Amino acid sequence: MRLICPLCGPRDRREFYYSGSEDYLNRPTPDAPAEAWDDMLHLRDNPAGVTRDLWYHETGCGSWLLVTRSTTTHEILATERVADRKGAGA
Amino acid sequence: MPELIAKTALSGQSTTHAGTTLAEVNLGQITSIACFPGQMAAVSAVLGPFPAPNTHADGLCWTGPDQAFLIGRAAPDLTGLAATTDQTGGWAALRLTGPLAVDVLARLVPLDLRHMTEGQAARAPLGHMQMVLMREADSFLILVFRSMARTAWHELEEAMQMLAARKAL
Repeated sequence: MRLICPLCGPRDRREFYYSGSEDYLNRPTPDAPAEAWDDMLHLRDNPAGVTRDLWYHETGCGSWLLVTRSTTTHEILATERVADRKGAGA
Repeated sequence: MPELIAKTALSGQSTTHAGTTLAEVNLGQITSIACFPGQMAAVSAVLGPFPAPNTHADGLCWTGPDQAFLIGRAAPDLTGLAATTDQTGGWAALRLTGPLAVDVLARLVPLDLRHMTEGQAARAPLGHMQMVLMREADSFLILVFRSMARTAWHELEEAMQMLAARKAL
């Protein structure tokens, strides 16, 4: 399996650390009800198909990536840097 | 205050197998330059052109997003423009030169280095170690954490020995 780092190009899976669902990017507001926080931390879909999750380019450039991939075909559909997304800090 | 002599991690040792040489080199001062948001142009005005991703030139090597190593000269004052940290004692530098260089690295680095050209650089693993790799005219310059110097040396020399033995058959 290879992931395409927007900065480094196609790289071996061994260079990356898998963090988890993209849900971690969507934090509720601090005053959101406990259910919203519980959902963000614990409630996950388990799709047979397209999923989006966070990977860290650990032995590469150190970027956090948002990867869109298919769990059935193992196809990597898109990768983008979290820092490049609209509204990201900096 | 006694005068202390700074030593490199591997005392400048070198080894040659089948015409390919691995040698520790002393790069002098190394400073990490991490640009503050939106300040890259201002940093370039002081330092010279900031290296594009996966390149190195004129003693500046890209090491990550908005980040580079300044090698071989003292860092200018970049207050307010970038975070600068002295990395001089933190890295070991190895230069690999010769006909087996690409094949040696192919055993340890999951990148196709056959087409890497002078001026290109990469952040990539060497075995399980973090590495900064720079392609020079006739050689590869390998930077690993100083604490990993002997491991990196062992891994590289072992690959060199194995390829040299195969070549001698």
